[in-house]
Amino acid sequence: MKTNHSNGDVRIGFYICHCGHNIAGIVDCPAVAEYVAGLPDVAVSRDYKYMCSDPGQELIQQDIREHGLNRVIVASCSPLLHEHTFRNAVAAGGLNPYYFQMVNVREHDSWVHTDRAEATAKAKALAHAAVDRVRFHKPLEITKVPINPDVLVVGGGITGIHAALTIGNAGKKVFLIERQPSIGGHMAQFDKTFPTLDCAACILTPKMSAVRSHENITLWTYSEVVKVEGYVGNYTVTVKRKPRYVNEDLCVGCQECIKACAFKEPKFPDEFNVGLNKRKPVYIPFPQAVPQVVVIDPERCIQIKTGKCKKSCLEACVDRQAIDFNQKEQLVEIKVGNIIVATGFKLFDATRIPEYGYGLYPNVVTSLELERLVTSSGPTAGEIILRDGSKPKTAGFILCVGSRDTKTNRWCSRTCCMHSMKLAQLFKEHTDADVTVFYMDIRAPGKGCEEFYDKSLREGIRFVRGRVAEVTDWALSPEEEGKLVIRVEDTLAGFVRRIPVDMIVLAVGMEPQLDAQEVRRLFNMSCGSEGWFLEKHPKLAPVSTFTDGVFIAGCCQGPKDIPDSIAQAGAAAAEALALIDKGYIEQEPNTAYVVETDCSGCKSCVPLCPFTAILFDEATQKARINAALCKGCGTCVSACPSGSVRQNLFEDEEIFSEIEGMLSYV
Amino acid sequence: MNYSYFPGCSLKGLGRAYEESLLPVMRHLGAELNELNDWNCCGATAYMSVDEEQACVLAARNLAIAEKTGPQDLLTPCSACYLVLNKTQHNIADFPQIREDVDRALKTANLTYTGKAAVRHPLDVLFHDIGVEAIKQKVVRPLKGLKVAPYYGCQVVRPYATFDHAWNPTTMDEILAALGAEIVHYPLKTKCCGGSLTGTVPEAGLRMTYILLKEAIRRGADVIATICPLCQFNLDAYHDQIEKHWGTARIPTVYFTQLMGLAFGIESRQLGLHRNFVRMKPLAEITPVAPVGV
Amino acid sequence: MEIKRTIKYDADRVIGFGRKIMGVTGCDQLSSCIQCGTCSGACPLSIYMDYSPRQVMALVRADFKNEVLRSNTIWLCASCYGCTVECPRQIRITDIMYALKQRAIKERVYPRQMPIPILAREFAKMVSRKGRITETLLVMQLFLRANWRAVLRSWRLGLGLIRTGRFVIKHERIERQAELNAMLATIGNGNAKDAA
Repeated sequence: MKTNHSNGDVRIGFYICHCGHNIAGIVDCPAVAEYVAGLPDVAVSRDYKYMCSDPGQELIQQDIREHGLNRVIVASCSPLLHEHTFRNAVAAGGLNPYYFQMVNVREHDSWVHTDRAEATAKAKALAHAAVDRVRFHKPLEITKVPINPDVLVVGGGITGIHAALTIGNAGKKVFLIERQPSIGGHMAQFDKTFPTLDCAACILTPKMSAVRSHENITLWTYSEVVKVEGYVGNYTVTVKRKPRYVNEDLCVGCQECIKACAFKEPKFPDEFNVGLNKRKPVYIPFPQAVPQVVVIDPERCIQIKTGKCKKSCLEACVDRQAIDFNQKEQLVEIKVGNIIVATGFKLFDATRIPEYGYGLYPNVVTSLELERLVTSSGPTAGEIILRDGSKPKTAGFILCVGSRDTKTNRWCSRTCCMHSMKLAQLFKEHTDADVTVFYMDIRAPGKGCEEFYDKSLREGIRFVRGRVAEVTDWALSPEEEGKLVIRVEDTLAGFVRRIPVDMIVLAVGMEPQLDAQEVRRLFNMSCGSEGWFLEKHPKLAPVSTFTDGVFIAGCCQGPKDIPDSIAQAGAAAAEALALIDKGYIEQEPNTAYVVETDCSGCKSCVPLCPFTAILFDEATQKARINAALCKGCGTCVSACPSGSVRQNLFEDEEIFSEIEGMLSYV
Repeated sequence: MNYSYFPGCSLKGLGRAYEESLLPVMRHLGAELNELNDWNCCGATAYMSVDEEQACVLAARNLAIAEKTGPQDLLTPCSACYLVLNKTQHNIADFPQIREDVDRALKTANLTYTGKAAVRHPLDVLFHDIGVEAIKQKVVRPLKGLKVAPYYGCQVVRPYATFDHAWNPTTMDEILAALGAEIVHYPLKTKCCGGSLTGTVPEAGLRMTYILLKEAIRRGADVIATICPLCQFNLDAYHDQIEKHWGTARIPTVYFTQLMGLAFGIESRQLGLHRNFVRMKPLAEITPVAPVGV
Repeated sequence: MEIKRTIKYDADRVIGFGRKIMGVTGCDQLSSCIQCGTCSGACPLSIYMDYSPRQVMALVRADFKNEVLRSNTIWLCASCYGCTVECPRQIRITDIMYALKQRAIKERVYPRQMPIPILAREFAKMVSRKGRITETLLVMQLFLRANWRAVLRSWRLGLGLIRTGRFVIKHERIERQAELNAMLATIGNGNAKDAA
């Protein structure tokens, strides 16, 4: 309905949507439109059945052209749903989209009230408020922030590797940073993977080699990220490269230096083999390590600690001369546009549950320790043996160690049921032992996993439903002498049992890495209450974080198996590539800005910004806001004592007139 | 050092040897124990089976009297009393309804309880306040060669593991080691002895006691050291009934304070060692007499 | 061969019983029970119980009041708290056992020939009369009421106690008995608020 109330300067077009019956069922839309028509500066006031439809949007565009509208208000649903739609419609009509204001008369009105008269009155008040506000809207432009096409991937496990390869294959440059001397992560320690029983090394090492030889991937192992500055599309990252004391370009991995080392016998716990055997101070983490380069442990090497060693390693490497005791730690700066964090998990420390005897009884091992025993390249060449060297005839697998327990970790670690069954199958295959799995539930949801459970049953693995109460070494009957006794209620059979076994395997759960809190602060991310990195939305955005340009993938986001980790790696890579391909980020213009003439340089705002978007310019003694980082939260705006920090789309006059408009109706 | 002292009913009855050995040992170490004025029964497990709120009130009277007496901590040797008093403190602090009931009841006696009275176990006081070093200094007759199985029982370490580990406590182990004794690895150190079931349902309760005795002997112990009067009674007084049902498992069970007393040179009769059913062999027979100070 | 038919109908349940027990202070965590069986595995007495602790928890939640209160489980609990410290949901199982004991005593429902509830009641009586327990006298009361033949069987134990000076006949008592009784009386009829 056209009105005559516009004085020419400001010409407002008001539209109230029926939304079918959703709004019109409670709010008298024609009445609201009629009311608004009577307000000053309103040139057009209409009610319509479905504003978001094509005809509805065209109506707006038509009115802009025919009636010279320079402000548009739509009273309909939540801005979360259609603000974008209507802004686009306004822009298509030739008007700056930020001259648009949306009023929510559905979620805020018709959906929460039942009295027609009151709901209509409220709609009128809201509309009046919008009319008063929109007068003060200014034309704003979306800022486009260019994106550096390079990507940083933090963590060289299967997740990081896959993300790096995906992005590298797309033709973009990737920096892959890994804290250990070799990439491969936990997957490199596994023997076979469920449910196919593929050899882990066989499927992992081709990907590791691909990383090594990829022209687009710069691989820095034995390195850590120590500082991250900047914003999406423009990150400056400082990487600490720890000294291996071996020149990576010269070493060919022949390992003669290890043979020649002054330590005739290995003496220090081997981390890759989870302490099951020993290594020398100069070592290569595992045979298929990438890069295939030796590393010297500065805590254990006599030359580095005391300077007094005959350095037989140097002699052994006489033709390549790759060993260099003068290597120093280096700090290198790189510039990237996106970061993918794939730092993985750590295992639960089983000594925290003393009832299971880990650390007390030598034949209680963790699942990872058993993986190393079962692997043909492991410390026992694939022989599962007890600590005294004999073969176990019976074994018990205890599930949910540290998981699903309010005293330790509340969550389910998701992979333990499957990997325990896998290890049980391998255990039987290697030793022909009598194996029992003690569980509360068997969780086998993935593809082929329920079938894997059936395979375990068919192979004669015993399953007892009962959470193990204790593991002891004292015997109550003759068959228990010299064995570890599991006391458990067999809940399905309905009685308590004492089961003597030779070896016990604890399915220890997954936990966030020890330094998860430091790492998340480094990348400006959050952690959930359980300590895992927090995704933007658990359902719809599992690999994004609240910081644009920083993505998470794999177990650092929560416990998961290899297929899910790779899926997330691909997802994170795709999100990064989407940003890179577009070439720029569109920044919502509801950012804060500093009116420098009014700024007194008190610096109150600087520490308040949760997104570190405010810098203090020492030269001019004024605060400055980086619009690319600003998320428009408004904290600095309200805190500024001189009122020199303002916010686009939320200017004082806009807000005050909105309030007055609402109250004037009431 | 001054402590308020809550003996509990058992230490005046079946467990009198505990008090008889505890008091001189503490005095020897410079700690005075002042028996709580007009203390009443804590209720143990039995009263809790009848009425929960009344049981809290029963225990709270003692806590209130302790608070009124002064700032000293309340030393509570009996395991059941220790548990009940601790539990009552927690209940009053955690549940407003119980706090209301208790306050109302205490008011009739002009008593108040603000949560200040600290309930401490002798092991806690010996280990943390007095210290193993000070105990070592007082040893004149080291228990060298005596193999001791340290038995804590359940209610001191569960559910409130306040001063020691719930599954593998070591305060008594360390104190006894300071006396020169050899501590035997005893995995049943916190397993229940059967409690009052040894009298009411012997086929269940006594078997639990039997298992404890059997394992201590199997591990090569000469004596079991205990901290609870009911545990001591169960492990000490039922040997013939146990023998009738399951077999011989004869080993003396003493209070750890009695061992401390022996090491300090206090005479065995003074420590109540004659009250044991199964007598501990005189020290001179078990271990060679060592010169003072070694 | 005697064959028994066991099926539980909905009418066998006492609706609201579970909620009532979970309403007792400290017992609300029972709703989180996943029936893992750790409590039964840890309990040294579960091998003597007709329903294991885990089963009792399931029965309570499912409102099978009669089955629970007639079982010997709650009376065989020695309060060793082994279950409570190991429960992965931190359910205070021992305290639930106490709540069930209290309920059973209040309603006088317990297995025949069970001396423990009698012991508990005699204990409470002695406290209300003397303020402290004299163990030997309490046990004699129990035997007289529950199982006087046991007195005869325990003659050797009795002699041993006399010999070692642990047989105390003189009643331990407090001075301010009236004060204590007045305090206990403020609680009144204790669990009168629930009638299920």
